Amino acid sequence: MSTVAEAANASPPVDLSAQFQPTLYHTVESGEGVALDLRDFNLWYGSAQALFSVDMAIQKGMVTALIGPSGCGKSTLLRSLNRMNDLIDELRISGEVIVGGENIYRSGVDVIALRKRMGMVFQKPNPFAMSIFDNVVYPLRVDGVTNRAVLEETCERALRSSALWNEAKDRLKESALGLSGGQQQRLCIARAIASDPEVLLMDEPCSALDPIATAKIEELITELKGHYTIVIVTHNMQQAARVSENTAFMYLGRLIEYGDTKEIFVNPKLGQTRDYVTGRFG
Amino acid sequence: MSLAVRPLARQAVEDRPEQKGRSVRVFSADISATGEPWLWALGGALALGIILIAGFLALIFWNGVTTFWPKPIEVVTLQGGTLVAGEPFRAGVYRPDAGIIAKLSSEQQAFVEENGGFAQRTLYRTANFDIYGDDFRWVSDYEVAKVDYPRDFYLFERQEWGNFVGRIKGVIIDNQPQEYVADVMARAQREARDRFNEIRSIERGDIGRINHRLEQERLSIRRAELRYGPAAPETLAATERAVARIAELNAEFTVHQKRIADIRGIDQRNRVVLEEVGGRTKETELSQIVRYYPSNAVTTPDKIGIYFSRWGEFLSSEPREANTQGGVLPAIFGTVAMTLIMVVIVAPFGVITALYLREYAKQGRLVSMVRISVNNLAGVPSIVYGVFGLGFFCYTLGITIDQLFYPERLPNPTFGTGGILWASLTLALLTVPVVIVASEEALAAVPRSMREGSLACGASKWQTIRYVVLPKALPGIMTGMILAMARGAGEVAPLMLVGVVKLAPALPIDGFAPFVHLERSFMHLGFHIFDVGFQSRNSEAGKPMVFVTTLLLLALIVLMNSSAIYVRNRLKRKYATGHF
Ligand SMILES: Nc1ncnc2c1ncn2[C@@H]1O[C@H](COP(=O)(O)OP(=O)(O)O)[C@@H](O)[C@H]1O
Ligand SMILES: [Mg+2]
Repeated sequence: MSTVAEAANASPPVDLSAQFQPTLYHTVESGEGVALDLRDFNLWYGSAQALFSVDMAIQKGMVTALIGPSGCGKSTLLRSLNRMNDLIDELRISGEVIVGGENIYRSGVDVIALRKRMGMVFQKPNPFAMSIFDNVVYPLRVDGVTNRAVLEETCERALRSSALWNEAKDRLKESALGLSGGQQQRLCIARAIASDPEVLLMDEPCSALDPIATAKIEELITELKGHYTIVIVTHNMQQAARVSENTAFMYLGRLIEYGDTKEIFVNPKLGQTRDYVTGRFG
Repeated sequence: MSLAVRPLARQAVEDRPEQKGRSVRVFSADISATGEPWLWALGGALALGIILIAGFLALIFWNGVTTFWPKPIEVVTLQGGTLVAGEPFRAGVYRPDAGIIAKLSSEQQAFVEENGGFAQRTLYRTANFDIYGDDFRWVSDYEVAKVDYPRDFYLFERQEWGNFVGRIKGVIIDNQPQEYVADVMARAQREARDRFNEIRSIERGDIGRINHRLEQERLSIRRAELRYGPAAPETLAATERAVARIAELNAEFTVHQKRIADIRGIDQRNRVVLEEVGGRTKETELSQIVRYYPSNAVTTPDKIGIYFSRWGEFLSSEPREANTQGGVLPAIFGTVAMTLIMVVIVAPFGVITALYLREYAKQGRLVSMVRISVNNLAGVPSIVYGVFGLGFFCYTLGITIDQLFYPERLPNPTFGTGGILWASLTLALLTVPVVIVASEEALAAVPRSMREGSLACGASKWQTIRYVVLPKALPGIMTGMILAMARGAGEVAPLMLVGVVKLAPALPIDGFAPFVHLERSFMHLGFHIFDVGFQSRNSEAGKPMVFVTTLLLLALIVLMNSSAIYVRNRLKRKYATGHF
């Protein structure tokens, strides 16, 4: 890995954040072993720009943490990866996101097929109003799988992977809404990995959980590492440090510093990054 | 460090006691600022509302429940010697006008004078309409010489002419006049009623079936004429076949008529001689007497028996005496059937509309306008829907259907007139705004996170709606349906234009193919109330029925709604066990 410092290309000044001309310091490069590759990615909500020329290569099979102060565009970036932002009216983008050699924003891309390749876990657990079993196998059901044996096997595997099997195996037929918050979030993780996706996108998955549930989920992420490419948004610096290989620091819609997690936390190259990870702002 | 500071600060305050009081603010200074009067006004409004509703329900409940309880018969001897017999119906104080007072005797004038010009009067249900030409009579207290409760006075409920109040003078069994013996009469009356019901069932069953087939044969001739032309050989052949079958059916018909005539013959030989209080007699066939009892001599257990037998008749038989007596079974059936058909129509319509408006339509000015229009539809007077239903469903759609599918029955309309289908459609139109608004709200209340969760799993928009949004919104949608049902079941005005009748010849469901006859007119409890209370020969006589029928309609609506609520709560419980 070579050290490359690059300056952002000047985008037309729209608002205050657009006038902000940062120094960028990226140590993760495009090339072999990249699962998701954002190239000069810009995003606007109506007339307000939320992402500015993001270049980011997310490594296959690794955990990449997205950190940065609230409103800096972490969720927006994450939701751009499986095109969840499509639901928003008045959304515009430019640039590319390359997944498997293909730009997912090219016209004619099958968004549903794309989303099937990526599991997503949200900030607040969002189990459906169905039984635990139906929740877990939902991605298969919508895919048209009806074979009971396949569904049951998948359910068990996914629940074991998300460390919920022991607690849930006797109540698979019960409503998922009867689970506790931490269990619900692990259920959502089970659901996200049930169809065996390549990528797991997690948006602050522990922010609504107590420390014990958080520890369980972190443990889970560590176990899942290697099988999946995981992108996790977090506000918890310790968490980022514990679970991730690479860390990306975002600020005002830009990817400021992106590199090896240890480097970012121990020896950040840019002042803003240092201020943020040491808790001086954000 | 902060621990060390706090005692010091307290010390500082204690050192200056005169400042301690300053921090206390008096909040109750201005009563209007606390909102207390508003609270009282709100509470008062609520209490008023509850009192009104409770009073209304209590009135209906009490009158409805007591109507069938056997009442005593009073025989009043007036000062002129005239006798009046009847059940006291209601009483009140009134001020007799000068003209009436002038005609009274001096004693009576003094009596009225003593009461400050007022008099008490009682309305007696004297019955015996066939003799008196009226069912009721007012008796003022100044006319009364004495009141008796003779134990030999009976109340007869008759198939025709309403009730009879009087004594039993004798029984004629098999044309042999006999002394009245309670047991003999009771047995003879029971047998006579059985014969009556047998005639009914022959008329309904065998003769009904023959009539139905005769009609089919006539229609088959007409159909052939329309298809092949009046003089074509096919028509002639069909006519010949039909005429042969008609002859067969007519022969069968004669047989059944003969059976009925035989039974009638027996009926005519079994009679009872009744005597009203004034001594005039009336002979009646025993089969015409539905129920009779000595009002002043019945024991309480007997009264209870009579009470429930009246309820049984009310719930399970057809009306008689211009709907003021007998049962309301056809009306119960019509009300329930119409409401259910309405729900079946309104549910998919409303939910699909709401789904489109909320999930698919681009939220803009057009959709807002549609939404406002839908909301305002709920405020259109219901009779306007009736007019629309008559004009569009009956006269436009119905007549077209008749021309296309039932040409052989013309000029008699089949669908081209009011019927249960058109009534249900009209009510569906009337209630669809409620369902749309409630469904839209229920859909909007499904959290965005759930939809996103489903979409992130790779579900399509329709799958998301089908598996996640609709199940979650279902209880809310059901609430809309319940409101619509309550509104629809209680609606009367539009129905009078699109298919409700006073007395329906046949139920919309019967034993003749295709079994469900949605084109038929029907009876409805709401209209029954209107008809009995305001349209009958004698609205005073119908009054108790108004209360009973209202009670029944309310009970029916409550029953339908509570079963819907039960289903909804089960759905809710299935999903809403969540905690965090
Ligand atoms: N649906 C939306 N419409 C308009 N602006 C949005 C929307 N979602 C997010 N934003 C804006 O985009 C910016 C980035 O938001 P977000 O990605 O949610 O930040 P983060 O997740 O880092 O806290 C914020 O300024 C936010 O106000
Ligand atoms: Mg966020």
